[in-house]
Amino acid sequence: MTKFMRRALETPKELAWLAAKAALDSAEMKLDQIDGAVLGSAPDAFDGMHMKGEYLADGCGGWRKPYLRCYVGGGTGVYAVAQGWFQVASGLFDTALVVCEEKMSTCQPHPQAAFISIFDPFTEQPLKPNLLWIFALEQNRYMQTHHITLEEIARVSVKNKRNALGHPSAQLGAEITVKDVLASEVMAWPVHRLMVSPTSDGAAAVVLAAGDVARRLTSKPVWIQGVGWCLDTAYWTNRDLYYPEYVEKAAWMAYRMAGVKEPRREINIAEPYDPFAYKELHHLEGLQLAPKGQAPKLLADGVFDRDGDLPVTPSGGLLGVGNPIAAAGTMKICELFWQLRGEAGRRQVPGKPERGVAQAWGDLMQVGTVVVVGTREPKR
Amino acid sequence: MIHRTIKPEPNIVQGTPLDAKDLKRGKIFLNSYAPALRYTWDTGEAMGRYLAELKNGRLIARSCRKCERVMIPPRMFCERCFRPTDDWVYVKATGTVNTFSLCYVSWDVRRLKQPEIPAVIEIDGASPGMGILHLVRKVAPKDVRIGMRVAAVWKPPAQRTGSITDIAYWMPINRRSQRTVSAK
Amino acid sequence: MAGTQLRKSHIAKWRGEIPIESLYTAGIGGQRFFKALKEKGKLVGTRCRPCHQVFVPSRQFCERCFVELTEEVRVQPDGVIKSFSYAYVDHNGRRLKQPVTSALVQLEGATTVMLHRLLDVKDLSRISIGSRVKAVIKPKAKRTGSILDIEGFRLVE
Repeated sequence: MTKFMRRALETPKELAWLAAKAALDSAEMKLDQIDGAVLGSAPDAFDGMHMKGEYLADGCGGWRKPYLRCYVGGGTGVYAVAQGWFQVASGLFDTALVVCEEKMSTCQPHPQAAFISIFDPFTEQPLKPNLLWIFALEQNRYMQTHHITLEEIARVSVKNKRNALGHPSAQLGAEITVKDVLASEVMAWPVHRLMVSPTSDGAAAVVLAAGDVARRLTSKPVWIQGVGWCLDTAYWTNRDLYYPEYVEKAAWMAYRMAGVKEPRREINIAEPYDPFAYKELHHLEGLQLAPKGQAPKLLADGVFDRDGDLPVTPSGGLLGVGNPIAAAGTMKICELFWQLRGEAGRRQVPGKPERGVAQAWGDLMQVGTVVVVGTREPKR
Repeated sequence: MIHRTIKPEPNIVQGTPLDAKDLKRGKIFLNSYAPALRYTWDTGEAMGRYLAELKNGRLIARSCRKCERVMIPPRMFCERCFRPTDDWVYVKATGTVNTFSLCYVSWDVRRLKQPEIPAVIEIDGASPGMGILHLVRKVAPKDVRIGMRVAAVWKPPAQRTGSITDIAYWMPINRRSQRTVSAK
Repeated sequence: MAGTQLRKSHIAKWRGEIPIESLYTAGIGGQRFFKALKEKGKLVGTRCRPCHQVFVPSRQFCERCFVELTEEVRVQPDGVIKSFSYAYVDHNGRRLKQPVTSALVQLEGATTVMLHRLLDVKDLSRISIGSRVKAVIKPKAKRTGSILDIEGFRLVE
């Protein structure tokens, strides 16, 4: 992956190539050994390139290859890996290169402006909403339903930004306190500035290979054991936002495929999507890794620390590493890859983690995308 | 806050970060383009009627006889049963706050002194949980509560155009009862 | 369900805008090309030896074999027309009095073509594939580091 940063000199195509090349080099492979390429990238409006997928193809190793672009908002980073998985697991390809990229700095004055048309033109846009509203409305509902305090939410920012200090790609790694978070300006109550991930430029990539090919390439393959995805209605004001049903459904789809029956016991590391601090907790509950309303307590008890019983977001997540929309989810998959191989350096969780789950989210509080990875090859 | 930099690990390449000063110095070649993205959205049957009724000072919903939901905003097909919806149903212009926020940042990223109060308001007469997005006013930010009862305040008929903003805002129904509403 | 004719009891349309402005960086490849063009009035590309390609304008990497390209090649402003067209309609669909001519030009030393304008075309029938052209580069004072630092290409008699 590339460094995640506020604005990169590189064009979107060059960012994609930097990540894709790094993935190939680390697997000691050449481009002609790749059978197909998959790109995940969010709306053309961010990078400002119409037909962005076609433009990026050169940087994703897509030149004269079967090529697929997929997009489900922020869920893309994990979803693209699932798309690549289909191509290999179906027997169609032996190898696939999955690349996710975003260059949000192109969008002026702020990528927020491009988001205005995510809202319904008749029932919502005339109210001049902004994206902060939907996160704030969801966070309020979640807090109110379970009597969660702002301090409990702020702890996520503290943990993730601290974890990010160990990540060489990090945009916002820092040592902060709960007090710092609550003292930061209120953007849209109950959301404070230090609870929000930044907009970023960046790219991340993974190489997927069929079993026999993978075993030839490395002595420590990491296996995709399960994939899942689920989309809820766009009528987001007709739902109770306190709980992400769609994340639960996506999670069970992936867990069933992976043969996981008790996620809390069988998952060793979790990388849930954390664009806002409360979202990590919200998603942990959807992922069945904490009972409804209990994630904040488990966090306060240290269960989710890097050396806790279930390390959560050891990478530093979107809050610490950065949020180039599509690439962020893939960054989480990269993290699980390094963690399960013992290559995560200063971020390495202790013990010998064998199984992890990465989850991404997107759209109008709508999509859950989940991938379960592990050190054991799935049985046929 | 302490920021530290780390040596690159395998598989991580840096990329070239720029800051605002780099752009000002004129050594970075840039190009800019503002596409003229002007749209005319067709309302469709459901929205067409919804907006026309708003102009008349009324809220209207659609019902599905199969799942027995009364849905607002109205729609011509039920997304759960995947069949056409059945009837038009007028609903009340009163409701309950399902969730709200106090937003100090405008849509174009300007800081606001007084917060806007967006809320999801569950509409009386529609199925439980059927909310719409709108703005709450005439209440101190610290007094807004989930569960608060609100009523629509309409623009005068001459000012209505057939838009969700024909409702200017929502305000608490009973000012007196605000003081007796419990904290959570 | 067939489509529906809208009636008076319906509001038919809503107009709005999506206001964005895009600010693009030229990138690593672009920086190399525009720096040479702006400061020296020269055209440069990058060579990929394994693929036997010289890409003009210069690129950071080869999309065919994926290597990083660091070998810079200066190309002459002389080239050959590989294709051309003259348009009588602008991008808003409005009729033009004078046609706008565009061409794909392969510069000597490059293996790729670049898009640009043809200048001072008095007689459209004189343009053909294979015609020799020369780049007209603006004086230094007028160059900003843009593809328009090349005024266009002129037919060589």
